Amino acid sequence: MEIIIALFAGLADRIGTSRLTFTTTEASVTVDQLKEILTENYPAAASLIAVSFVAVNQEYARGEVLITSTDEVALIPPVSGG
Amino acid sequence: MKPKNTTIPSDDDRYTITEKPLCIESITQKVITANHGATLTFIGTTREMTGEQRTLHLEYEAYIPMALTKLRQIGSEVEQQWPGTLCAISHRIGTVEITESSVVIAVSSPHRAHCYESSRYAIERLKQIVPIWKKEIWDDGTEWKGHGQGPWDPTAPGQLS
Repeated sequence: MEIIIALFAGLADRIGTSRLTFTTTEASVTVDQLKEILTENYPAAASLIAVSFVAVNQEYARGEVLITSTDEVALIPPVSGG
Repeated sequence: MKPKNTTIPSDDDRYTITEKPLCIESITQKVITANHGATLTFIGTTREMTGEQRTLHLEYEAYIPMALTKLRQIGSEVEQQWPGTLCAISHRIGTVEITESSVVIAVSSPHRAHCYESSRYAIERLKQIVPIWKKEIWDDGTEWKGHGQGPWDPTAPGQLS
């Protein structure tokens, strides 16, 4: 399965791109699994990934939510609008 | 590169993410109606000094479609909590200079008490759930700001003050 993950702000700076394409052998992964995979691949961003939320189809998703290849996925670091 | 001067409104035009300067008057006009005797407009502007640190300007980035969805959600929560209250919110992205507005929140209600309460709720909720980020630009560096207070949980319900 291929997932495209949008990244923003400090997270995009730390990982070095605003758009990651990720391929997994499974047909789906949970939000928590995705965060684990990203942490393993980008250890320099581990602390920021830990406090970030995954948005699935533009809604903050809980750890057990399943992500499939048709979902719009973004990793949202702590927000600071206003 | 994305074009400058982009403005992305919500379907009902009451919520906007834009690269253009915000017009306080036109955002306020969106909520003024015949039966509402009170309107309150909150304006967030770029502050130069934070303690000893001098900010040159701010740069904002948004996850635009989700930011609009979350602004609409704030409007719905306001209308649910204070029935009859109308809300319009515009947030600027890109470079925002000192004293320029980054966010304008207008609320209107039949009576003023609901305006004061809902205006405060809307800005606090915006800072909790809307995917927009601020980068401070100083003369000796830059920093993406994180959530201001405590551990960040955008799934927590809004707090009424």
